[in-house]
Amino acid sequence: MKINDVILRTITRIIVFIILTFGVYLFLSGHNTPGGGFIGGLVLASAIVLLYLTSDIESIRKSLPFDFKLVAALGVLLATGTGFGSILFGVPFMSQTFAYFELPIFGKTELTTVTIFEAGVVLAVVGVVVTIILSMSESEEA
Amino acid sequence: MFSVNFAIILPFIIAAFVPFIYRRFRFIHIGWFVMLVPITLFILLARLIPSVASGQTFTDTYQWIPTLDINFTTYLDGLSMIFGLLITGVGSLVILYSIFYLSTKESLQHFYVYLLLFMGAMLGVVFSDNLMVLYVFWELTSVSSFLLIAFWNHRKGSRLGAQKAMLITVSGGVAMLVGFIMLHTMTGTFSIREIISSISGFTDHALFMPAMILVLLGAFTKSAQFPFHIWLPDAMEAPTPVSAYLHSATMVKAGIYLVARFTPVFGGDQVWFWTVSIVGMITLFWGSFNAVKQTDLKALLAYSTISQLGLIMSLLGLGSVALHIGYSTESVIYTQATFAALFHMINHSTFKGALFMVVGIVDHGLGTRDIRRLGGLMALMPFTFTVAVIGSLSMAGLPPFNGFLSKEMFFAATVQISNADVFSLQTFGIVFPIVAWVASIFTFIYCMIFIFKTFLGPAQPEKLDKPIHEAPMGMLISPLILAAFVVGIFFFPNLLGNYILRPAMSSIYPTFGDAFNLTPSISAWHGVKPELLMTIGVVLVGAILYKILKKWKPIYGLFSQKYTFNTLYNNVLSLSEKGSGVVTRGYMTGFLKDYIAYIFGFFIIVVGGFLFYSGAFSMDISTNAPIRLYEVILVAVMAIAAFAMLFAKSRMTATLLNGVLGYSIAIFFVIFRAPDLALTQLVVESVTTALFLLAFSHLPDWKKEKTTIKTKWINGIISIAMGVLVMLIGLSVLNYNKFETISSYFEDAYELAGGANIVNAILGDFRGFDTMLEVVVLFIAGLGVYTMIKLKSEKGGDKE
Repeated sequence: MKINDVILRTITRIIVFIILTFGVYLFLSGHNTPGGGFIGGLVLASAIVLLYLTSDIESIRKSLPFDFKLVAALGVLLATGTGFGSILFGVPFMSQTFAYFELPIFGKTELTTVTIFEAGVVLAVVGVVVTIILSMSESEEA
Repeated sequence: MFSVNFAIILPFIIAAFVPFIYRRFRFIHIGWFVMLVPITLFILLARLIPSVASGQTFTDTYQWIPTLDINFTTYLDGLSMIFGLLITGVGSLVILYSIFYLSTKESLQHFYVYLLLFMGAMLGVVFSDNLMVLYVFWELTSVSSFLLIAFWNHRKGSRLGAQKAMLITVSGGVAMLVGFIMLHTMTGTFSIREIISSISGFTDHALFMPAMILVLLGAFTKSAQFPFHIWLPDAMEAPTPVSAYLHSATMVKAGIYLVARFTPVFGGDQVWFWTVSIVGMITLFWGSFNAVKQTDLKALLAYSTISQLGLIMSLLGLGSVALHIGYSTESVIYTQATFAALFHMINHSTFKGALFMVVGIVDHGLGTRDIRRLGGLMALMPFTFTVAVIGSLSMAGLPPFNGFLSKEMFFAATVQISNADVFSLQTFGIVFPIVAWVASIFTFIYCMIFIFKTFLGPAQPEKLDKPIHEAPMGMLISPLILAAFVVGIFFFPNLLGNYILRPAMSSIYPTFGDAFNLTPSISAWHGVKPELLMTIGVVLVGAILYKILKKWKPIYGLFSQKYTFNTLYNNVLSLSEKGSGVVTRGYMTGFLKDYIAYIFGFFIIVVGGFLFYSGAFSMDISTNAPIRLYEVILVAVMAIAAFAMLFAKSRMTATLLNGVLGYSIAIFFVIFRAPDLALTQLVVESVTTALFLLAFSHLPDWKKEKTTIKTKWINGIISIAMGVLVMLIGLSVLNYNKFETISSYFEDAYELAGGANIVNAILGDFRGFDTMLEVVVLFIAGLGVYTMIKLKSEKGGDKE
């Protein structure tokens, strides 16, 4: 089955970056406005899925040479690692903390350990979703 | 300052780095690096010996889950010191030995990771004060033992042995966990020290006896006591360093540790006394009796270990009688049984460790450990032979080796207990010295078998694959050191008694005041006493019986192989496998619709039943917001989509209609001002639709299913009931007031978690633990999908 998807491909090329940016935005803004690690991760994953849907797998694999299983594992490690990290500071497991800093350009910024935790969630979600979709579409070819 | 917590954590940390170091430094045997861990810990612990000997204890607490009374609290006292030194000391020697035993061709990175895991877990068991933490480490020792037994997992025997060890020890461990929870119910604490200090008020509690039995089950399974001993001989499939370390020196002594640790809790009780002593005695006899008939050297040592563990166990039982009588000058004599138990435990670790290493050398060098093929090794393997003689004679209880001292004390303890006038010992107590004596005769016989059949007699090089030769020096160092201890302890036993055993005695008898009174002076010669006569009798009768071994060996044929515990175990295992197979095949039909019917049916019965039972249903909608027009329209759209799905002719249509449902829900979220949910719903809907499209190519054509009218009716009823129930719950929730609402807590999210987005503050902070586990579950699910697809495509090899 061959369908003419020139329009889809052309649009995808542009729109993927918008989606990716949106995903990162959602992830970072999640602390105070709607968004967060899970949703950010899903949006990022959907962008990658869109790429896979429009182009062939091989060329995407060349441009995104990650092993997404490792990405997911890294995410899990980050998420659990922040939990253990709090132990090193003598507070119970999974304690999160936050503080406000004066940063150049950004001005007064809140930095929090939740962001590290959420980054783990993002990576895990992206990794798992892409792994599942990739392995399904690959077995299709075999 | 040295922290005990650090001692437990260190092996785990190093274990995480072993694979990386292994990859980087291929040319060095990774064992050298790993060996530093136990050596460091041994030195750190040894430096504390003087302080511990003077009665000092060390504790260290890390608040883990304080709300559940679960804290990572470690406690170093005399008793845990003995075990700590054994674990690290024998551990160092075993690793040194393993460096020469395992060639670099083996997957060493796995082996040493497992070994370090075990070491950390075992240290955790003996240093934990909190019962829950102890339990976790306890099971971790079972898991690492499983991995180590199955290290050569291409062998069927290894896998089966590992499974057996795992099943038996873990089921015992679970029983023990229940016992711990009962103790917590009684005393309100998980801390062993607090339980010990408060238990006297609970001895009449209804849970006291069940808790005791359950804790003992854990100890007996772990320490291979009769009738749970059957796993230990099969565990000998492990590499010999593992057998020497886990299955003779440390892990199997965890049960001993537990019994010793809980002696102050349960010790005064009659049931405790009889159970521990009698089970120990039976194990002692049965182990030594069976060891004689073994032809595999490692199996012989396995049964011997079982027997020796029984000996130590029974001594702990005998010693507990002193707690019943209470502290007095008369009762001190009974504490000597406990003293002997600890002493013998150390001695056993030295001589049995050495013997296992000897067997390892023979096996490694000659390719067999079957005594029918061995013989006459003495002249060609002088060092190995020396160690074997020292170890065996010590095990047989002969001077001038440490086994003699503790064996004599064992005999003395059994004689003393038969004169005690509590627990109707006047009548039955005489059983103890008799069983001890008979079992010791068999012990003597198998020790003789070990020496004579292996090292003396005619050599049989034609039956061996390899020429007889002495082991490399590296493999001899560890057994020689252990043998030196065997001899050294005989000549300076009181050094051990005063510095190591005395503080342990005060841990076991905390109410007995100064432990100085509890520490007898150990001496090899103390006049012609019953124990000495017993030893002489053992040697005489044992030597005669060994000479005429061939004549009475047919006795073993009398025991039918049909009614052994092994057969029982095998039958139970195969029956439960079959049973669960039948049950699983009964409901796992492979049809998704069946599974959904189960889930919904369960939901209807349990949730609906509970709400109905508690009278929580409420149709009151007076407090609800008014329903607006666009909500009605949305619901209509959803209803139409849902109905249309029933009549969809292709998968594509159904998926799209499903999408309509999903997006409509998202719009509902928007209307009700839940942007987070709306966003999530939208993205999830899009990604799942993409997944659906991918999955289509794998699915067969969508055919009209031929379902009977009956199933259609059942499915229809279930789905309608489900829908109605969910609606009712939705209506009732608003009026449900059985529990206090917690939403006010989350309103302070900005102050508490620094985030204005409550949803995210909950996910990342308040309920961060849930999220963390969800991420882990997601990851596991992803890996599951990946492996299932990959495995399937590999199996269908003809496709490629």
